[in-house]
Amino acid sequence: MKRLEVDVAVIGGGPAGLAAALAARQEGAAKVLIIERNHELGGILQQCIHHGFGLHRFKAELTGPEYAQRFINLVQETDIAVLLETMVLEVSKERTIYAVNSQEGMLEIQAQAIVLAMGCRERTRGALRIPGRRPAGIFSAGTAQRYVNIDGYVPGKKVVILGSGDIGLIMARRMSLEGAQVQAVVEVLPYAAGLARNVVQCLEDFAIPLHLESTVIEVHGEDRLEAVTIAKVDQNWTPIPGTEQKIECDTLLLSVGLIPENELSSGAGVELDPITNGPKVDDSLMTSIPGIFACGNVLHVHDLVDNVSKEAEKAGAFAAQYALGRLSAPQKRVKVAAGENIRYVVPQEISLDKPVEFFMRVQRPDQDVYLDLGGLRRVKKQFVKPSEMLNITLTPDVLQAFAGETLTVRIVSAKEVGADA
Amino acid sequence: MKREAKTEKTVQVAIIGGGIIGTLVARELSRYELDVLLLEKEAEVGWGTTKANSGIVHAGIHEDPGTLKAKYCFPGNQMFPQLCEELAVSFKRSGILVVALSAEEMDMVEMYYQRGLERGVPVRMLSREELLAQEPNLTPEVVGAVFAPQGGSVMPFELAAAAMENAVANGAQLMVESPVLDAWVEGEKKYLETPTHIIAADVVINAAGLFADEIARMFGDAYFSIQPRKGEEYLFDLGMKGLVNSTIFPVPSGKTSKGILVIPTADGNVMIGPTSDNVGSKDDLGTSYDGFERILSETRRLVPQLDPRKIITQFAGLRAASGRGDFIIEFSPNVPGLLHLAGIESPGLTAAPAIAADVPRLLAEQGVALTPKQNFNPRRAGVVRFRELSRAEQDALIRENPAYGRIVCRCETVTEAEIVDAIRRGARTLDGVKFRTRAGAGRCQSGFCQPVIMELLSRELGIPVEQVTKRGPGSEQICYEAKELLGKEVS
Repeated sequence: MKRLEVDVAVIGGGPAGLAAALAARQEGAAKVLIIERNHELGGILQQCIHHGFGLHRFKAELTGPEYAQRFINLVQETDIAVLLETMVLEVSKERTIYAVNSQEGMLEIQAQAIVLAMGCRERTRGALRIPGRRPAGIFSAGTAQRYVNIDGYVPGKKVVILGSGDIGLIMARRMSLEGAQVQAVVEVLPYAAGLARNVVQCLEDFAIPLHLESTVIEVHGEDRLEAVTIAKVDQNWTPIPGTEQKIECDTLLLSVGLIPENELSSGAGVELDPITNGPKVDDSLMTSIPGIFACGNVLHVHDLVDNVSKEAEKAGAFAAQYALGRLSAPQKRVKVAAGENIRYVVPQEISLDKPVEFFMRVQRPDQDVYLDLGGLRRVKKQFVKPSEMLNITLTPDVLQAFAGETLTVRIVSAKEVGADA
Repeated sequence: MKREAKTEKTVQVAIIGGGIIGTLVARELSRYELDVLLLEKEAEVGWGTTKANSGIVHAGIHEDPGTLKAKYCFPGNQMFPQLCEELAVSFKRSGILVVALSAEEMDMVEMYYQRGLERGVPVRMLSREELLAQEPNLTPEVVGAVFAPQGGSVMPFELAAAAMENAVANGAQLMVESPVLDAWVEGEKKYLETPTHIIAADVVINAAGLFADEIARMFGDAYFSIQPRKGEEYLFDLGMKGLVNSTIFPVPSGKTSKGILVIPTADGNVMIGPTSDNVGSKDDLGTSYDGFERILSETRRLVPQLDPRKIITQFAGLRAASGRGDFIIEFSPNVPGLLHLAGIESPGLTAAPAIAADVPRLLAEQGVALTPKQNFNPRRAGVVRFRELSRAEQDALIRENPAYGRIVCRCETVTEAEIVDAIRRGARTLDGVKFRTRAGAGRCQSGFCQPVIMELLSRELGIPVEQVTKRGPGSEQICYEAKELLGKEVS
């Protein structure tokens, strides 16, 4: 068994892993290693051939591969080691990584610090328990995206998409551009789950009908999908009898949510947040296990890669500090809680002695409201939507004013703010 | 196709149906100097009722006295350790528990205990405290249970595929995608027509499962019928492993079912099910909202922690129930040389090895000469399961064959080498690869690995990716090449 020792090991060579590795190296970690299961770096961005990446980061509209390449080029200019086609099988709380590849066999990698950057996977039909048969022709949207954009195959010609997440919307446009007919996008919520710009550019521009407050209640077809039945749902997402509509299709794409891939993290004993399905982290993006950090979609699902890069740079820098013995234990630990109309907040714990960028999502859309961070800062928001992540940075001078044990983030109405004033 | 254009083939024994019964019978008969052919209508064996079976190896305490079910169940159970060892199939003697939630239910539990004692089945009564110590995740409402430690679980598809592989290694022949379209008798011979062949056989063994009555009807022998009875099953993420240690049975309320169970599968997942509903059609394989609700509420009475958010997949199967409420294991009273192995519903999987072992005796009674084969090899070459090996063993394997260093299915840690081995042993489809290796059976349900497995099937079978199917002709996954649809009318 081959043994390696590194300062910072980054698991995953997608946008999070690339940015984390670069930041760790810049921070002074001498031996930084990226472990990537694919044959190339870049992660899922490599199949996202549409544009729209990097508006914040690079003030340019890049495709996914272009965005990834900018970071890959930077990595290649450094002495950061990269292991491709290498799968991590296990991470221990002592920061030992077991990984395999076909050239070197089993690798035992001892790291001073680890950055988890494994990304996420798509929710499946099974997780939704869509009733009916199990014919061919049902794909998660990302799998279909890979077939079309990487492998050069089109799964079918008449398509229904369940879920209006961003990948579903992007695939509605892609399948249309490939000559397929997208019959419908079906969304259980009363609003689209993806970014507003994607609804406009991917559905409206192609005249693809969006069925809100609806879901697929049955799958038809023995060998290959032949049709789906959709129906309206009530507030409890229960199908309403009499609203059924059968739509002919040979392909059903599912874009019904992303789940951070934390099987390795759990195996190491990292504590997970039941809402984000990602690790609980502090303001240095360190998990419950000292020396193990997390960033990107493995921590919580982002909608913009620009935010992933920014978050990952922090995780990488803190991981390097930890590896070099420069990350001191926090003086104070304050819990961060999700209050009124907040689904989750990352980080889940802060120390008040370093700047914190809070990332959060609301539970439901609202408008003309204020985002309140433990009374320390209140920001007006014209619109808030679950699909659009909110982020705010507070500096130590603001944070030091906090005296409680739990900092609650909440949405407050303009009326309440008025009453306060 | 005209009958004349079909290839004629003569065998001594033709078995119709490659389910758990047909495949184990084929293996049993391959011990003898007999010309044996198995006809399977699907692309691979084990794809009918077998693949959707719960996989429970019953202990032998549920069956009513005097039935064929009782006759074959416990002896079948006793054959599993050796059979699975020979065929390199995983089998776990995790035990079964019938759990009572009330004093009245305890009376039934006591009855199963007595029945076990009478049949020589190892059984033990457990007090509430003993039960909760053994299964801490059961509801505290439990009163007690009967424990049968020799109950277990097996992967039914894996067993059928392994039995067939071993039968073929010992000289039996297999024809897939070969539904029997017609059957008749001429003189001493029985004839079976498939899409490509006319098969003449001395003995026909009807192991056609759900369609056994239709095969009988083709021979003019329609004296029994098969009623499809649906069972839905829901499978949890591997993360729920260890929630229960044994298969948990409630005290059944109805006559036709043993109730809805919490099952630790041989692969380590937790599964809940099955429902038990008579249906009108033999291809009604859909799952339903209603079935799920019933399964969840029934099983949560016993194991309250079952979390529906951890379910990764669901499926349904149809039991082939005979009108007699018991197995039909007999030569046809009307057609000499036609052996029916029909109505093999639960505990059919458990009974299958014992039924198969009885077939040579039944054939001998009909005057079939049985000469043991000198070179019969009961063993099937073992299957490597990379995920179950130690780190050092994994390292050594990769050095031997670098394809073990390529993890294709990340959720279940399945390597390229294992997938290639499965294809070389007979997997021809995505489902075939999945059932044999678990590649694609995990939490992402093949979202990441399907394109890679498609490529491997294409490469190993020498067919274009567009011809790779989920489970046989008509279930192709990929229909077109990129841009192929452009400029075409889509309707």
